[in-house]
Amino acid sequence: MTNIVLTVNGTQVLREVEDNIFLAYFLREQLGLTGTHVGCDTSQCGCCVVHVNGTSVKSCTMLAVQANSADVTTIEGLAKGDVLHPVQRAFKEHHGLQCGFCTPGMIMAAVDLINTYPKPLTAEIVRDEMEGNLCRCTGYHNIVKAILAAADEMRPVVTA
Amino acid sequence: MYPTKYHTPKTLSEAQKIFAAAASPAYLSGGHTLLPAMKLRLAAHSDLIDLSAIPEMHGFTQKADRLSIGAMTRHHDVANSALVAKLIPALAGCAGSIGDRHVRHRGTIGGSVANNDPAADYPAALLGLGAIIVTDKRQLVADEFFTGLYQTALQPGEILLQVEFPIPQIAAYAKFRSLASRYSVVGVFISQNNKKVRVAVTGAGAGGVFRVQSFEAALEKDFSPSALVTCSVDPAYLMADASGSSEYRANLINVMARRAVENPGKTSCYN
Repeated sequence: MTNIVLTVNGTQVLREVEDNIFLAYFLREQLGLTGTHVGCDTSQCGCCVVHVNGTSVKSCTMLAVQANSADVTTIEGLAKGDVLHPVQRAFKEHHGLQCGFCTPGMIMAAVDLINTYPKPLTAEIVRDEMEGNLCRCTGYHNIVKAILAAADEMRPVVTA
Repeated sequence: MYPTKYHTPKTLSEAQKIFAAAASPAYLSGGHTLLPAMKLRLAAHSDLIDLSAIPEMHGFTQKADRLSIGAMTRHHDVANSALVAKLIPALAGCAGSIGDRHVRHRGTIGGSVANNDPAADYPAALLGLGAIIVTDKRQLVADEFFTGLYQTALQPGEILLQVEFPIPQIAAYAKFRSLASRYSVVGVFISQNNKKVRVAVTGAGAGGVFRVQSFEAALEKDFSPSALVTCSVDPAYLMADASGSSEYRANLINVMARRAVENPGKTSCYN
């Protein structure tokens, strides 16, 4: 067991954790943040994507102890009260989800992509960069549309 | 996953001491192969020694005609480094073609090289560029480092610190990806340095990454795709699986080698 201190969605958290517990399970089972989903549990599907120190990671493939002293953001940390994050709003407006299982990972991945990609985003780039996130029902067309719309709103200066 | 004890040494000597004292330890870098293997109970280690806090294992240094990259440098950082893009652009492209962006945020060059997966990209880059592997005990050339499937010359407890790449006149990488796993079915890394050509193949060799001397000789005479038209690789030395037979891979090696020669300075991906 190891004592870890980290910031999760702006709140400091202190917990004693088993060294072999993965971050996704720590978030879901110990902090009750069940918005982070575990799909494949083999680093393929991207349903578990969260941000660690501002960078997207697959939380099923990172130990909770590795997030010691890190700043973690999950899907629950994006909205400001009742006001949805632009990416969340775009997914709603462009019908970027159906069953919703992959959506938290999709949105966390999209936020990372929009915030960090150095060039203007195109549909082709979005499809390429989102290859680590799998959707089994909506299809990717509206997801790409939603991400481009959110990018227009979040980074109007650099979007092509 | 079986119980394990996690360590974060701040220095190399601390890491070595923890390793020496543990029952069945493993060094942890990006964790994107080791942790899934442990999760599936294909591997069990009493102690995980995370190397990410050791300062000399990070970042880039240019030393005369060499580019040195710290073993804990993430794929994302290699892919986006202005220095790597300037000196060996194909290497930046190669790092940017590994896995997906989330995987690239965690995976490291040292982890990939030490794991020596037969379909990993970095072993082809190291062998194709004639890299030197620097450990806490010695220096090894890539030709001596990769010894077989998931096998390297690293001794138990030895830590890979840096990879040093000679800076070539030309380098290029072309890979044909599996549609499902996105790993290379065949990847060919080619470099030309002072008229010497190196051709390294990943994804295909029955014994892991290997060089193709006949391709190298042909390209040293004439560095053009047409020089390879009459060259071939014996399928007997190649693997066969759901992604393709050994004959299919032999043909792909020739095609990817030509595509690499046609795209100097680039990493090109095909499906």
